[in-house]
Amino acid sequence: MSGDRTAILGRIREALRVPAPRHHEKPPAPATTVTAPFREWLPPVGPSHGDRVAVFARLSDVLKTEFIDCPDLAAAAQHLAQLAETNGWQKLALHPGALTDAVAKSLPIAQLRIDGDYDKNALEACDAGLTECECLVAQTGSVCVTTRSSGGRALSVLPPHHIAIASRAQLLPDLTAAYELLAQKYAASGYPSFMCFIGGPSRTGDIERILVLGAHGPKKLTVLLVP
Amino acid sequence: MSAKTQFHADANVTTADEDRRAFVRRALGGYKVTRAKTESAYASWEHARDVASAIKYEGLNHLDAMLEQFEQQFTARGGKVFWASNSQQARDYILGLARDRGVKSIVKSKAMTSEEIHLNDALEADGYAVIESDLGEFIQQLKHEAPYHFVFPCMHLKRDEISALFEKELGSAKTDSPEELTMIARRFMRRHYLEADMGISGANFIIAETGMISITENEGNARLTCAHPRIHVALVGIEKVLPRLADLALFLPMLGTAGTGQNMTCYNSMYAGPRQPGEEDGPEEFHVVFLDNHRTRLLADPEQRDALHCIRCGACLNVCPIFKNIGGHAYGTTYQGPIGSVITPHFRGLQDWKHLSGASSLCGACTEACPVKIDIHHHLLHNRRNAMKEKPALLEKLLWKAFSWFMNQPRLYAFATRFTPWAMELHPLVKASALDPVQSWTKTRDFPEAPPKTFRQLWAERKEAAK
Ligand code: SF4
Repeated sequence: MSGDRTAILGRIREALRVPAPRHHEKPPAPATTVTAPFREWLPPVGPSHGDRVAVFARLSDVLKTEFIDCPDLAAAAQHLAQLAETNGWQKLALHPGALTDAVAKSLPIAQLRIDGDYDKNALEACDAGLTECECLVAQTGSVCVTTRSSGGRALSVLPPHHIAIASRAQLLPDLTAAYELLAQKYAASGYPSFMCFIGGPSRTGDIERILVLGAHGPKKLTVLLVP
Repeated sequence: MSAKTQFHADANVTTADEDRRAFVRRALGGYKVTRAKTESAYASWEHARDVASAIKYEGLNHLDAMLEQFEQQFTARGGKVFWASNSQQARDYILGLARDRGVKSIVKSKAMTSEEIHLNDALEADGYAVIESDLGEFIQQLKHEAPYHFVFPCMHLKRDEISALFEKELGSAKTDSPEELTMIARRFMRRHYLEADMGISGANFIIAETGMISITENEGNARLTCAHPRIHVALVGIEKVLPRLADLALFLPMLGTAGTGQNMTCYNSMYAGPRQPGEEDGPEEFHVVFLDNHRTRLLADPEQRDALHCIRCGACLNVCPIFKNIGGHAYGTTYQGPIGSVITPHFRGLQDWKHLSGASSLCGACTEACPVKIDIHHHLLHNRRNAMKEKPALLEKLLWKAFSWFMNQPRLYAFATRFTPWAMELHPLVKASALDPVQSWTKTRDFPEAPPKTFRQLWAERKEAAK
């Protein structure tokens, strides 16, 4: 059953018989390759890796993301252990992965591994969720997660603290580059059913426009960048 | 009461509430500052608008092909598309699903389309508990009141009012901290994300190329709504198409900037079908309901077709002097503000809703603020013209005729203007009463005082003196 499909498509075709006037200037580049030039108009990011780190760090500040540029994996593991201790975590949820396993293996608290079906109530009871990601986006200070890279849909949003770990090569300049990466990885074989750009911890300004963190999702977001 | 009479009555009440008006104005003033700052970080915001408009134009003017492409991609991944001509069909489909699948509880993230078709009322009448999970929407739901603004649903409420509401409805303790109020809602909502069988969402964009919908939000409630419930229903207006996935690289930042002054909204999620093999979680079923509900009527008007470019960022409301003064509820529509005044006559009848197009100073602030370059204030004029063409106002026509005749009679004009000082003397006796010929002006304003001498008199005197 698909409802009024024929009728709606019929009305659309009828309506489109008269072309609409344009209120915009013709874009400076042909519309078919319009995605690449977005760069020329959106907030710019410098060319070097250092520029990306600087922009990402500045935006993290604005977005209230804790951003740690770690010299090596051991430092990342140490920072995680410190977070666990200062925040009194009882249980950490994570998905299996080269980076997640490396930083969490010596963590002395209980761990819930999200691998295939899992108990959602157990996940809800965890103090933090540790995930990898597809990439980081300097231009917007975002972490891009997908079901494929980050242990499903809920791991990065249900626990009150989300820790995302990324390698230096994963820090991309802008959204255009991020979409290029996603297309390269998935366009042929099929996209993950969920992909998301995360910019900081969950927030709301619904009450008197006053910023409150942790509306429904994580109250804290930590990004660990490792070599 | 007709929509117009209601509008006048409500607008009179809300404009008289100066305290609330100042409160809303202050909030919107804050928006203006943050937005200007974010916008200035763009290499060229103006070019970005042009390109955004061009992409929307492309999508809309190939709408049939775009929707079919979406359907094909989305169905191939196990999703279902339902095409609803009107609100009845959309409601029936979603209700049918709920009954059929033995749904018990429903959690909802923000969807203006669901306000448009009064979905909650229909579901509740059928015995389903529906929880609005967006904080602002949740507050409005508890208050049994429509959203005040389609991006900031409860921007008109002060914290003590919200605290009193929570005390009454949720039995929470009194507090004047927005943070504590938010946490009350958070705690209340948590169980529902895990226990609900059905999650209902809207969508900000339909991606034709890859068969995805994209949802933009700050709170994470939509992400939770689409994570664990076993059925996900997205109710989406057919105009929301973008041709390509990568177009979001432009639209996501622009929506955040125009909407709230953010670089980008906190969560921008793209959903491509239900849970896929090998994935840890996600719904078993994913239904997208395409809603026409008179959108094709607007599409059929090439002059105003671009009104369907709208990405519902709310910027035009935030800068509108009318919105700032009469507030969101006086409009009496699902979509408030300038864009609401443009599209509501198409959706719900020109003659019944033309008065909204009259409620404009035509300052053009909306058009300037619009990220997709909709010619909003001209469309208000188009609506006025179309309404007149369809149903001429004979008395008004006659009055204008008489006026233009009068203005072309120099002698008569000179004679009549001599009486102005007398008229001014007598005016206070009837001022603002039903006998006052300019009552609709003087009810809330002073009438400008006439100078003691007319221009002609001054002119004549000068000439005399120069001699
Ligand atoms: S008309 Fe333009 S400014 Fe107004 S809500 Fe739509 S996109 Fe935003």
